[in-house]
Amino acid sequence: MSGGRLTPPVHPEDHVQGAAHAPVTLVEYGDYECPHCGRAYPIIKRVQERMGSRLRFVFRNFPLAEAHPHAEHAAEAAESVAKHGGPEAYWVMHDLIFEHQQDGPATLGDSGLARLAGMAGVPAETVLADLKAAEFKDRVRDDFMSGVLSGVNGTPTFFINGTRFDGSWDEEPLMAALTAAAK
Amino acid sequence: MNQIGHTAHPLPAGTPAPAFTLHATPDQTLSLEELRGHPVVLVFYPADWSAVCGDQLTLYNELRSEFHRYAAEIVGISVDGAWCHVAFREARHLHFTLLSDFEPKGEVARRYGVYRDQEGTTERALFVLDAEGIIRWSYVSPVGVNPGADGILEALERLGHAPAPAAGRAP
Repeated sequence: MSGGRLTPPVHPEDHVQGAAHAPVTLVEYGDYECPHCGRAYPIIKRVQERMGSRLRFVFRNFPLAEAHPHAEHAAEAAESVAKHGGPEAYWVMHDLIFEHQQDGPATLGDSGLARLAGMAGVPAETVLADLKAAEFKDRVRDDFMSGVLSGVNGTPTFFINGTRFDGSWDEEPLMAALTAAAK
Repeated sequence: MNQIGHTAHPLPAGTPAPAFTLHATPDQTLSLEELRGHPVVLVFYPADWSAVCGDQLTLYNELRSEFHRYAAEIVGISVDGAWCHVAFREARHLHFTLLSDFEPKGEVARRYGVYRDQEGTTERALFVLDAEGIIRWSYVSPVGVNPGADGILEALERLGHAPAPAAGRAP
């Protein structure tokens, strides 16, 4: 088995926040409709703030589509925004989805996702067309399969400097693990 | 890898998989020999509805297309009754067969070396069988830990039935 090693390592297609030379890289495999990932979202924000330039953060898609009917399209919509709006727009979209995850059943439906894309600066109709054409389905599946081969068994799963982190991801224990990895 | 004071002895690689016939639904049974000719993934799990099992089976559910690329059949087995499995499959949208090792309770799990007498459930155990019904890989996870799918996919790949390289990895 992979022994919980990130496979493949962080690569140019990844969505990355923070400096490439940061001593610590935190990779999250997440599902936009997963409530646990929704709970992890503000925690990640806080550890990013606290770690500053010492932390690089990467998000990979791991939609459990049978359990979460909107997760696949949410991931594809975020990829569409990245393609048409660039990395900054991607992270705005990423944040918007998690911030509105629990608003109501329609929020992560296609039109809800397209509305969020509009807020991130990419025309709603562009994203709807991409969703309809399944333009980013393979991209999302590549992320998913990389997760499976890396030993991801549910969401969220984190990797710190390439090794699966099986500890608690509440703010303090996560912060402690990141700080230790930075040394 | 297991809890202190308890050691599982799953049948090891190279052993012919013991035959069984179990209920898949209240009025249908499935025999292991019906799956001969395909690699088979046997997933023993402690119970329907428990959180880890749900996640584990949810993951395998998402990977059906991957298992199919290896022409493999995946089957879940627990001591829950067939009606319980029906409700569980429906609630979780599971699209693979769940078998009831219900009467005599845990009999099949015992034959595979993965029954927990004290709890009265099966271990969280994985077996990969080749098309001839020989166990090629077995693994027991701590009961509270979701073993993921990487070990299964690697074992299937080693069987050499894959028509194409798996996504995201070199051939």
